[in-house]
Amino acid sequence: MNLHQPAELLAAVRARNPRAIGRAISLVEDGAPAAEALLDLLDREALPAVVTVGITGPGGAGKSTLTQQLIGHYRGLGRRVGVVAIDPSSPISGGALLGDRIRMMRHATDGEVVVRSMATRGRIGGLCASAGAAVRLMAYAGCDPVIIETVGVGQAEIDVVRLADLTLLVMAPGLGDDIQAMKAGLVELADVLVVNKCDNPGAEALAMDMEQVARERDRLLRRTCATEGRGIAELAEGLETALAKSSESGELARRRQRSREAEVLDWALEMMRPRLSSLLRDNGPVRGDPRLAARNLLERLCRSAADLSNGISKEST
Amino acid sequence: MSTQQCGRVLIGKPGLDGHDRGAKFIARALRDEGFEVIYTGIRRTPEEIAAAAVQEDVDVVGLSLLSGAHNELFPAVLDELKKAEAGDIPVIGGGVIPAEDIPGLKEKGVREVFTPGTPVKDILAVFHAAANEHRKKR
Repeated sequence: MNLHQPAELLAAVRARNPRAIGRAISLVEDGAPAAEALLDLLDREALPAVVTVGITGPGGAGKSTLTQQLIGHYRGLGRRVGVVAIDPSSPISGGALLGDRIRMMRHATDGEVVVRSMATRGRIGGLCASAGAAVRLMAYAGCDPVIIETVGVGQAEIDVVRLADLTLLVMAPGLGDDIQAMKAGLVELADVLVVNKCDNPGAEALAMDMEQVARERDRLLRRTCATEGRGIAELAEGLETALAKSSESGELARRRQRSREAEVLDWALEMMRPRLSSLLRDNGPVRGDPRLAARNLLERLCRSAADLSNGISKEST
Repeated sequence: MSTQQCGRVLIGKPGLDGHDRGAKFIARALRDEGFEVIYTGIRRTPEEIAAAAVQEDVDVVGLSLLSGAHNELFPAVLDELKKAEAGDIPVIGGGVIPAEDIPGLKEKGVREVFTPGTPVKDILAVFHAAANEHRKKR
């Protein structure tokens, strides 16, 4: 297998070769020159519409353990599962410690479970593009559902879980009171609220608070004890219910459209950034108001794009 | 997405050894150096480590072992990587390893073996070199 040849690499992804899937995601994540050719090819393929589930919540709520249990549930149904597990990069060194896999090692040697850890790499934009491409590559490699797991802090992470068809908010007692949950703004975007560690002290009080929230917003609430696998079947059934409801009401289609738009915007910004940087550098040191300079920069970019397309149309005539 | 990283590294502990302070120390040092570190935790089989290394497309695998089973387990990880079409990923070992075992391990393909007391900058330098070499081949 030649991993350097985009067509061959993509064919190997389709053939579910683990090495090829891993490499293809790396290329896309690094924005490598080869990624463009690969994605061009992938875009021409008819991708199956797979179900994507976003799992978020505060650190220590049990997201990874819950993900492992959901993997087990779907494997029991004979489905091939993909997981994109996102952890933050250090803003100082740019490095990251990606530890979500520890909780998922039960499935490490199951060839039907594809797990990929991804660091946020400090990008405001770009994470949606990377994660979105990883999800599409996994879908192309036969995974359905694909789970996107991320800690629920920061705009980039929230944007990522919003890519998903369904979003789960995992909470656990002892991580702060209900006021913290209301502050975070996560409750609004969750389709299913999960109170995990449901046998720990304080779980019932949290569940009652969340029941109120769930009622107000017409959301589902499930109680789980992920370490022991309790409540997982009920949660999975809840996910099916929420998905069916969203599909019927047309919300699913709207969300997939929105998610596509978000990804397009992210890709456009990613593609524009290097051009803007080089235009900015070409123009020497920045003087005056940064906002005004930014507007001038954007105008220059538009002009250069117009010149480019004029050039192309002249060539073609 | 254009952020160029130092590379991706897997840190794992094969076998029945639960002493993970060394592995965690190296994982943190690599993170602070700018690596993306996939930490797979304790008590892994060589097969699990190789499968994770492939899925994560890492540039280097770092193994930590204090149980004395390094002569069996380090080569076993190398074998599993080869089986998974990933024999090109360099493997670096560390732990309580007698000096007389090191040449044998290197002969079998372990790139470098570190014992207690090695300055962390020496370890990082070897990880950098191994990762750069691997990334060039990509």
